[in-house]
Amino acid sequence: MTLNILDVSLRDGSHSVRHSFTEEQVRAAAKGLNAAGVRYFEVSHGDGLGGSSLQYGLSATDELKLIEAAVSECTTSEVAVLLIPGIGTKKDLENASKLGAKMVRVATHVTEADVAAQHIELARNLGLKTAGFLMMSHMASVEKVVEQAKLFESYGAEIVYVTDSAGAMLPNDVTEKIKALKQNLQCEIGFHAHNNLSMAMANTVAAVEAGATYLDGSLRALGAGAGNTQTEVMVAVLEKLGYETGIDLYKLMDLANDVIAPLMQQSQEITSSSLTLGYAGVYSSFLLHAQKAAKQFGVDERDLLMKIGQMKAVGGQEDLIYEVAQNLTR
Amino acid sequence: MKKLKVGILGSGNIGTDLMYKIERSPLLEMSVMVGIDPESDGLKRAKNRGYNIISNGIEGLMERLELVDIVYDATSAYAHKHNSDLLTAKGKKVIDLTPAAIGPFTVPPVNLKEHIEKPNVNMVTCGGQATIPIIHAISRIVPVDYAEIVATIASLSAGPGTRANIDEFTSTTSKAIEVVGGAKRGKAIILLNPAEPPIIMRDAIHVLVEKEGHEEAIQKSILEMVKEVQSYVPGYTLKATPIFEGKKVSVFVEVNGAADYLPAYAGNLDIMTAAAVQVGNEMARHHLQLEKEVIL
Repeated sequence: MTLNILDVSLRDGSHSVRHSFTEEQVRAAAKGLNAAGVRYFEVSHGDGLGGSSLQYGLSATDELKLIEAAVSECTTSEVAVLLIPGIGTKKDLENASKLGAKMVRVATHVTEADVAAQHIELARNLGLKTAGFLMMSHMASVEKVVEQAKLFESYGAEIVYVTDSAGAMLPNDVTEKIKALKQNLQCEIGFHAHNNLSMAMANTVAAVEAGATYLDGSLRALGAGAGNTQTEVMVAVLEKLGYETGIDLYKLMDLANDVIAPLMQQSQEITSSSLTLGYAGVYSSFLLHAQKAAKQFGVDERDLLMKIGQMKAVGGQEDLIYEVAQNLTR
Repeated sequence: MKKLKVGILGSGNIGTDLMYKIERSPLLEMSVMVGIDPESDGLKRAKNRGYNIISNGIEGLMERLELVDIVYDATSAYAHKHNSDLLTAKGKKVIDLTPAAIGPFTVPPVNLKEHIEKPNVNMVTCGGQATIPIIHAISRIVPVDYAEIVATIASLSAGPGTRANIDEFTSTTSKAIEVVGGAKRGKAIILLNPAEPPIIMRDAIHVLVEKEGHEEAIQKSILEMVKEVQSYVPGYTLKATPIFEGKKVSVFVEVNGAADYLPAYAGNLDIMTAAAVQVGNEMARHHLQLEKEVIL
């Protein structure tokens, strides 16, 4: 059985390098991904198209330039983009499509799929491979996840992802949710992990065994928080389990060593703050902002993240970090 | 004193909330609620309160134009142009609460009187009403190169219109940040949060000013502006002390609503409808002034 690996280093990794990717870095990574036989890889600001902002971090290089550069390096691979309605717009998607992006993942909070109807419809009309991405899936019940996934499918999504944005899910939760989607939907099912509780690989295996056929990873785990399932590790593990990925493992390892490792700004090990993300169920991209605010206001970043978890913040609410940090000093 | 008769097009969250606020206006008279679903909560409430109701939309209203002087449109961006063209052709004033924005933007504490004579004025968006006053408060002290807002609202307060118009929300708000807020470049982001109990509307405003400094003057200007907004939305408050970091200024506000229709968490409804009532009141004042002049 063949599984589809989608590498998110050049999108989720954008958080980790504070949105500083250069055209040269993206070209080198794109070339390597293409050579290694990775079918899809994602290029966008960490918060998707239009994410460049003071709230999340300004992109050093316009993401459309990065997308164009990535596309020009591809002979067999295809470039995917992320679009979060409310942050990016249909116009942004049209622009990315014009530059050669072939796939889009339209992402909403796990309970808010209905804001994405127009964007999914447009994506299909543009002829893009179209996925719905249910962020913060750990926060909703199995029934809710199924209900929202069905909405995505009804709008035209060809794949629906369970997205563990906070790296807070455990394997049994992943199994249950993916199985329920498999039973209730006709489209393909995907899974996106974060490694904050060291569960990314285990969760990915659980997802595959429950029927997921699209799997996200990042090289050297270059993604928000403690990063994602490490793509090169995932390829090796899935092969050992008897699945085909069509990816050349050595070439992927070389790419991780030669291109990704040198551009990393910090190691992707699980620190006490990334562990707290998973423990408290906080969106992984809050990590570096929380570290900065904790220093600025002289508070413990774990207290800060725990409090934000209690407030049930959703992806994108980075502004809460500063308010909560100020309050903790009082 | 003669009041101006008000029609509300759209019996959803915004239209219904607006009805309660019109009732309190000394210059406006709630006359008719127009919807497309006779079973909608908004139409039922309007009927119970003794107002005229029309349940076949704009077509129905066009046959009863004697009921209105001003029409508030709280339908959707897609329906607005059609509605407005029909009404303005018959000399009715239109106040647009959708993000269609075919008329000029009005944010009361910034430009309440500027477009009062226009046939159609637009109220931007809830996020715009909550943040543009602050951007203006900064840009009146020091030039603003860039301003960005992030509005987070409770999922329950976002009706189907808002959900289907999410791109229009961001593009209309961005444009108004520039035109009314005075920023050279604007950007808007909206987030929906489903937490229970529902979260109170909150907005982050991040601004890049041309030059560092003027911190005290900016702080003072922001505080004055907050007071001004509070005059029509009492639950509008600063959530934290503004943060200055080089050329970047970040301001955080929270909007508690008056709980006229949806509970207080839905400050996003209130700031829109309360601002729209300000504009209606001003139109009424202007109208009475004109009448007086004619009599004299």
